[in-house]
Amino acid sequence: MDFLSYFISGISLGSIYAIIALGYTMVYGIAKMLNFAHGDVIMVGGYMSFMATTNFGWPPLLSVLFAMVVCTVLGILIEQLAYKPLRAAPSLAVLITAIGVSYFLQNAALLIWSANPKSFSSIVPFDSLRLFGGKLIISGTTIVTIIVCIVIISALNTIVNKTKVGKAMRAVSEDKDAAQLMGVSVNKTISITFAIGSALAAIAGVLLCSAYPILMPTTGAMPGIKAFTAAVFGGIGSIPGAFLGGILLGIIEILGKAYVSTQLSDAIVFAVLIIILLVKPTGLLGKKVLVKV
Amino acid sequence: MRRKNYFTFVVALVLCLALLVGCSGQAEKPTDTSGSAAPVDTDGGKSDVTEPSAPVDTDGGKSADTAPIKLGGIGPLTGGAAVYGIAAANGAKIAVDEINALGGMQFELKFEDDEHDAEKSVNAYNALKDWGMQILVGTVTTTPGIAVTTESFSDRIFTLTPSASSPAVIEGKDNVFQMCFTDPNQGIASAQYIQEKQLGTKVAIIYNNADAYSTGIYEKFASEAKAKNLEVVSTTTFTDDTANDFSVQLTEAQKAGADLIFLPIYYQPASLILAQAKAMDYKPAFFGVDGMDGILTMENFDTALAEGVMLLTPFAADATDERTVAFVKKYDELYKEVPNQFAADGYDVVYAIYEALKDKDVKAEMSPSDLCDLLIEAFTSESFVFNGLTGENMTWAKSGEVAKAPKGMVIENGVYVGMD
Repeated sequence: MDFLSYFISGISLGSIYAIIALGYTMVYGIAKMLNFAHGDVIMVGGYMSFMATTNFGWPPLLSVLFAMVVCTVLGILIEQLAYKPLRAAPSLAVLITAIGVSYFLQNAALLIWSANPKSFSSIVPFDSLRLFGGKLIISGTTIVTIIVCIVIISALNTIVNKTKVGKAMRAVSEDKDAAQLMGVSVNKTISITFAIGSALAAIAGVLLCSAYPILMPTTGAMPGIKAFTAAVFGGIGSIPGAFLGGILLGIIEILGKAYVSTQLSDAIVFAVLIIILLVKPTGLLGKKVLVKV
Repeated sequence: MRRKNYFTFVVALVLCLALLVGCSGQAEKPTDTSGSAAPVDTDGGKSDVTEPSAPVDTDGGKSADTAPIKLGGIGPLTGGAAVYGIAAANGAKIAVDEINALGGMQFELKFEDDEHDAEKSVNAYNALKDWGMQILVGTVTTTPGIAVTTESFSDRIFTLTPSASSPAVIEGKDNVFQMCFTDPNQGIASAQYIQEKQLGTKVAIIYNNADAYSTGIYEKFASEAKAKNLEVVSTTTFTDDTANDFSVQLTEAQKAGADLIFLPIYYQPASLILAQAKAMDYKPAFFGVDGMDGILTMENFDTALAEGVMLLTPFAADATDERTVAFVKKYDELYKEVPNQFAADGYDVVYAIYEALKDKDVKAEMSPSDLCDLLIEAFTSESFVFNGLTGENMTWAKSGEVAKAPKGMVIENGVYVGMD
């Protein structure tokens, strides 16, 4: 019974990592850059939802929508102001810019909302589910998180594989210049990617804060890094890979804590990552891309 | 091959960072290690570090009555631990303003940011020394404190820390004093309190093993609990990087049949533990230490979660004595917040220095080392007893450790109520 309960906690934590990892993986797959500010967009999403419910008194669902809208706009703004001018620059310059944006967001949040942590009330109105005569308790937030994660993954897969926008994304991912020549607007496609990624970040932020109800300017930083690890784990650039990587990372983290040592859980996670990358350098579901020199 | 190399490089970089974070043993997040170390001036811009004003030692032109004694403060004003530094700085500022309004001895306070980082803290200390600091109020947090007090010890600058509670901060440094309890004392006092009042028979402990404060309290608590035959059934840990999910730690405590969980940790993770224990229908008693203080003032916190939580803390904002009421009112007017114990510590530090210097022949142009000798003598003299917001009849040992009685508090209907 304990194992099952740990396992479900792991899937729940993993689902949040997976949603965040999607943002990393999409942007990497299409724009070939690591958007390290993604974790901080999550934090902004959390604060937006917090403000909407606590300060404006809006219903939870509306607050999620509000957070999504704000984060989408923020994501597009970041892309336009910080990354677009660097489209031709070396990727290392873009990476450093992304880290800069991350600090900018954190410190802006510190100025706006102060360093005092805020307690987030879960937006999930359901009670915990009690199974096996109360021996196994699954919180409403856990159930919603897992369902939302599955819905998002399927929706995203459909968008990328079945729609015109998705086709454009795949084309840009394959070859920017060729896509441009074929009439695909590369800039617009990258903006759309950022918009989707940031909207997902908002959802992830709300779910993260509902599961672990504390909100600080640094809230998004650590989950962001873990989710990046998950994206690499599953094969960065691959959407099913991000899902698999996120879930596995969550499960390894919780089970490692439960059965090995509470002190070593992160060490275990990263050790597994190193082993995977040694055996399969592109990650679990990563595509092996031959690049001609 | 270029693209792949770059990617490998980034992954290697991230992994290296993760390893470093894991090994550092400091309460640091990787994101806290950068950013600007710009001095934050809590003095409302009245003082300026680059101002080419004459150093204090040669400042003989001004009369001793009006020239202020320069107090330097160091603490995290930005970053993850900013809540403590800002509170201590605000509290100290209120005390300085009150003292200056009395006339007589004048203080000037300049508070620098260290982002809870030892290296930045030493930089801040050097900046303050250039400014002409005569007495150091700081540091607010322990890890930077250990580094800075080494410097202030060799420079002979008197140091009174509001809240750096590790014994390593004062160890072997005759001019470094603490306003807060040392961590071991909190651990011992907590174990004694739980045993004497029969608060629990089977105790579980959850502590942050990446934090000197938490580990320090835990170690003494564990050994004292053993000496007192208090049964500890489960001990689990977390780090700042894994301070989200406590389901494993709580399940273990529950399985071991713990009826009291001791939480020698800060209130942010504690709030998560309380929420998650409730979600899994586990209702032990919770016993915290002074780091738990602040939980009730968290915006939007459901105080019902903290119902019945006990803690040892030197300061309660809900206390009804005249000084606390006045301080809380003033703090709320100026900063729109309820002060926590760090604010009270900051306030007390400035007042303790004031009390110690009040009757002495002090001139603003005195060198830091002369002031240091004067203050050491005052603080360690037997007649020096200080009454502040964080305790009555405080005295200091030569080691720099403070002696004051801890107050047992329990949270009832969202407010602290004394347990004794």
